[in-house]
Amino acid sequence: MNGGRPALELRGLSKSFGGLDAVRDVDLKIFPGDRKAIIGPNGAGKTTLFNLISGVLPATSGQVLLFGRDVTRWPSHRRTALGMARTFQITSLFPKLTVLDNVLLAIGGLRRTKFVMWRFLSSYRDPHEKARRLLESAGYWERRDVEVRQLSHGEQRQIEIVLALASDPKILLLDEPAAGLASGESREMAAFLKRLDPDLAILLIEHDMDVVFDVVDRISVLHFGRMVEDGATSEIRSSAKVQEIYLGTG
Amino acid sequence: MESRRKLLIVIAALLAVLIVTPFANSYVIVLVTHALIFAILAMSLDILLGFAGLPSLGQAAYLGMGAYLTAILATRFQFGLDWTFGLVVVLGILIGAATAALFGLFAVHAGGVYFLMITLALGMCVWGLAYRWNSLTGGDNGIVLPTRPEFGIQLADDVTYFFVVFGFFVAALALLTVLVRSPFGRSLVGIRENEPRMRILGYHTWLHKYLAFIIAGGFGGLAGVLWAHAHGLVSPEDVVLATSVDALLMVVLGGPGTLVGGAVGAGIVVFLREYLSTLVPWWQYVLGGVYVLTILYLPGGLMSVPERIRGWRARWENGVRVKFPRHTS
Ligand SMILES: Nc1ncnc2c1ncn2[C@@H]1O[C@H](COP(=O)(O)OP(=O)(O)OP(=O)(O)O)[C@@H](O)[C@H]1O
Ligand SMILES: [Mg+2]
Repeated sequence: MNGGRPALELRGLSKSFGGLDAVRDVDLKIFPGDRKAIIGPNGAGKTTLFNLISGVLPATSGQVLLFGRDVTRWPSHRRTALGMARTFQITSLFPKLTVLDNVLLAIGGLRRTKFVMWRFLSSYRDPHEKARRLLESAGYWERRDVEVRQLSHGEQRQIEIVLALASDPKILLLDEPAAGLASGESREMAAFLKRLDPDLAILLIEHDMDVVFDVVDRISVLHFGRMVEDGATSEIRSSAKVQEIYLGTG
Repeated sequence: MESRRKLLIVIAALLAVLIVTPFANSYVIVLVTHALIFAILAMSLDILLGFAGLPSLGQAAYLGMGAYLTAILATRFQFGLDWTFGLVVVLGILIGAATAALFGLFAVHAGGVYFLMITLALGMCVWGLAYRWNSLTGGDNGIVLPTRPEFGIQLADDVTYFFVVFGFFVAALALLTVLVRSPFGRSLVGIRENEPRMRILGYHTWLHKYLAFIIAGGFGGLAGVLWAHAHGLVSPEDVVLATSVDALLMVVLGGPGTLVGGAVGAGIVVFLREYLSTLVPWWQYVLGGVYVLTILYLPGGLMSVPERIRGWRARWENGVRVKFPRHTS
């Protein structure tokens, strides 16, 4: 593990929905460049954990620290400004806008020009250059004028990641990026993720274990909201406890 | 290319209005002036409804604030009847914006139907003030304005006043056209399409909506100033719910999210109302019917008609091909 300050740190983080404890007392440290997966059965609380980290939901107790700063009470947009980005398990794009417009919105999110009202967006060169670079690397530049709703599910999953990368994050949270993809597509997705900047920390929720083993080197296991196991991929693969959980006897 | 053609069409239409109107009969000149004023109000509402996805039912409140301000300054202080008219325009915009800044604190954090209800309630508050605050607003009778401003040019002349209103309309259209294509305007569209995603992308969405709300209020205030002098009378009638509903009807009829659609809708509604009301006593039901039919059968408004026709034609041609494959190949 790298030394220095963690990109993301969770301390005793908990969330309850009424009587349901979806996330219980989770501790976690992610350092720059770390690649870690969070796995666990359906309803384990993985997405809820992401919602707490990204500020979509308020935590019931505990702390979220981004780059050493306590952001537990911060709204999402300020966390994003610190260098956090995420994708959604259920694709969340701007379906009626073109691929290019989707990416331009994502690029604009952290720029001060987002408040400019007296100049056409199309007159700014910078964001367009950047959109071009992003879309070319993902292979969508030729289809930049297609409305996103006309793309296939697999293509939308990719655009989902492109939007997250548009803000040049230092930590990226991916919520089941390969959900609903054919096996060839998820292999491509994994290859794409591996090509990303090695300094970028990635926290990956994924059910497709091929993708998990391909992309990350450490895995945390969430079960009924609790972090029950944490270790290198090989350890987790052979852990008796994890077998139990996935066989439903845990 | 497409957008250049649209621009040319809009400019041609504006020139046509500018050139033809002065030669029309005096009644039509007045109606066109009214339509242009309501077009400004409708475009201001379109920023909220069509671009940010905020269905405001209180847009008449800002028109009312601008109109009452103009009337009160003119009757109490004889202010704004000469070159100071320019100042009144600025003050009218400011009072509209300030009112929106206050109302926005209550309305903007609410979404969907709640936003509708809160703007409706706030609009009713303004109406209540206009109606009850007799000493200031003249209550039910309203305020009759003395004359139109005069500063080298005589606005009392309907044709001259038409030119002035036309100028303000074109300015508003130009400013708003730039706004909706600016980074800020595009952020409103993003918020309309997917607000939670915008937050995660780093946008403080509340602030963007709040600013849009204030800007819309400012343009509403401008419409109010122009309306006060156009009509010569400001009364609670101008701020009733029906005026806000009319503005909504204009936008929906013309096509939300198009700006120009609101202006087209304003023209149609103003003329339809004038002519229908002389023809049939139940004209309001006709307008209501038009409203319902538009929402049901033409959700994109009149501005979406060309695109629909293109769609039909394409489908029809395909249909022909499918039916008679041998004839076409
Ligand atoms: N907003 C909410 N309100 C109430 N309950 C919720 C809410 N969000 C999640 N839950 C509940 O919290 C628990 C954890 O849900 P979560 O979506 O975090 O699971 P998950 O691990 O992401 O599951 P999956 O693998 O199916 O995506 C579930 O029982 C779910 O029903
Ligand atoms: Mg989930």
